Amino acid sequence: MTAQTSTPQIPPVARDTAKKWWRRGGNDLDDTKYNWTLTIVLIVLSLAVLVPLYFTVTMALKTSAQAGTGTGLALPSPLTLSNFAEAWELTNFGRAALISAAISAVTVGGLILLASMAAFAIAQNWDRKLFRYSYFYLLAAMFIPFPVIALPQIKFMSIVGLSNPVGVAILHLLFGLSFNILLYSAFLRSVPTELMESAQIDGARTMQLFWRVVFPLLAPMNATVAIFAFLQSWNDFMMPSLIIANPQWQTIPVVQALFQSQFSANYNISFASYLMAMAPTVVAYLFAQRWVMSGVTQGAIKG
Amino acid sequence: MSVTAPPAAVSATPADDAPSSPRARARLEPVYLAMLLPAVVLFTIFITFPAVVGMFYSFTNYAGYGTWDFIGLVNYRAIFSDPRILGAYTFTIGFSLVTVLLVNAIALALAIALNAKIKLKAGLRSVFFLPMVISGIVIAYVFSYLFNTTIPLLAQSIGIEALSTSILANESLAWLGVVLVTTWQAVPGAMIIYLAGLLAIPDDIYEAASVDGAGAWRQFRSITLPLMAGYVVINTILGFKGFLNAYDIIVGLTNGGPGTSTFSIAMTIFTGFTSGDYAYQMANAVLFFIITVVLSLVQLQVIKRRGVTL
Repeated sequence: MTAQTSTPQIPPVARDTAKKWWRRGGNDLDDTKYNWTLTIVLIVLSLAVLVPLYFTVTMALKTSAQAGTGTGLALPSPLTLSNFAEAWELTNFGRAALISAAISAVTVGGLILLASMAAFAIAQNWDRKLFRYSYFYLLAAMFIPFPVIALPQIKFMSIVGLSNPVGVAILHLLFGLSFNILLYSAFLRSVPTELMESAQIDGARTMQLFWRVVFPLLAPMNATVAIFAFLQSWNDFMMPSLIIANPQWQTIPVVQALFQSQFSANYNISFASYLMAMAPTVVAYLFAQRWVMSGVTQGAIKG
Repeated sequence: MSVTAPPAAVSATPADDAPSSPRARARLEPVYLAMLLPAVVLFTIFITFPAVVGMFYSFTNYAGYGTWDFIGLVNYRAIFSDPRILGAYTFTIGFSLVTVLLVNAIALALAIALNAKIKLKAGLRSVFFLPMVISGIVIAYVFSYLFNTTIPLLAQSIGIEALSTSILANESLAWLGVVLVTTWQAVPGAMIIYLAGLLAIPDDIYEAASVDGAGAWRQFRSITLPLMAGYVVINTILGFKGFLNAYDIIVGLTNGGPGTSTFSIAMTIFTGFTSGDYAYQMANAVLFFIITVVLSLVQLQVIKRRGVTL
């Protein structure tokens, strides 16, 4: 780890003009001069993101007669909302959403708890071989992508009775462990040891030290870890499709694949279903986007 | 990679390790073990154990059920004359290389543009980040409609012959569709890392450069690019590793077709689950693992030489 951190240091004066660092201007000295050409180019380029999404939304609002003809780019006329109800019933969206939510919740909660505790224990005992080797052992998993161990893992999960959402949550958690222990460890190393030592001299036991001092310090990191873990867990198709044996317990992304054959004749219903599948992560992102970048700049990755 | 944890008895004589630190002489508090062990134990049961078992079976003729015999390296030798597996490696590695180049070029350009003095900065950033949060298989289904119906119809009405049939139905072009959708989804992740890097470059370097008369291109070449080199390496590693495991988007877009032209390595391995060649596909998985590790080690060397820390 290099000594210098990449956390953006905003002097108090600069904070008056730009309250949020991501709104901070570029390298232009003149505050009033905006680069309009670049702004227009970026707006045009953003169509590459927006057109597929526009397409999904409009298709989901069309009648099946209109959805079956033309390029699909036309605005819906007449507009209908009944596709959502039909898609909801056909795919049993409520149940799939509950299962996806439960898997994500266990993954996020478990990951934050296990990774932060392990990283704290490792950081506090770095001079002990057991902890040092455990760190490298846990990190080694970054070299093992899921497809490499998928076959024995699927078999193992079925033998121990975990071919279900619980098993998927456990695997999501464990596959996320390496990277997040790395993140937490990098962050904890930047915490001054004096802080920990003074807390211990004050008589704080180790558990108290963790919950009262360290865990609150990790709050911004936890937020970032939680968002990325949630996105990965919620959107994953590979693991649930291979691990969960009963199609009735499948997650939202897998359900989209399971109903492809029923969808193919009714594009309006399939797109309503896609839109409902996308909505939770898009909404979560819009609420939590400030944490997406803050974690990265907090010292996880340094150049 | 050494995966054996040392015995706990090591902690009984911690003084040898770092005698200068006062903490080293103190007794190990059991609470630290309680914090570390759940992660290590779960990890060993659910990841290390299946990995070892799978590697073991790759030297047998196990079909996934029933009895089996040791057959040594027969599975491994067979892989090198199996056109389906070789095809999957060619496609996956080629697709990953093209996608990594495309993603890095686009992400770096967008990050620089989004860091410049533009209007609507926050809104534009939000829009360009969006693809990251959408499920790969779902967006692949959306794009498959665009490729199969919308683009051919538009091309026909404008009169572009080349695009008037779906590229996903063309054996030599379908991979391009996979590259495009994967790029669409992977750019934001790389862009975040580049933006973080750009924010770490102090503004006064640019100010000094423009006082010295350096234009925008010169500033990019002599300041931005050298300072961003480490981030390019990180994005190349993270991206390449991810793309080698390509699965979700391909399932939604082409399902490996047409023919087997977009069949990825992950997809061939998973066939071992249903087709009764468990041990054979396990050998394939081990080979894939070795390739991943070698690539990662090479890239880590590059990182070390560049002095970047991840």
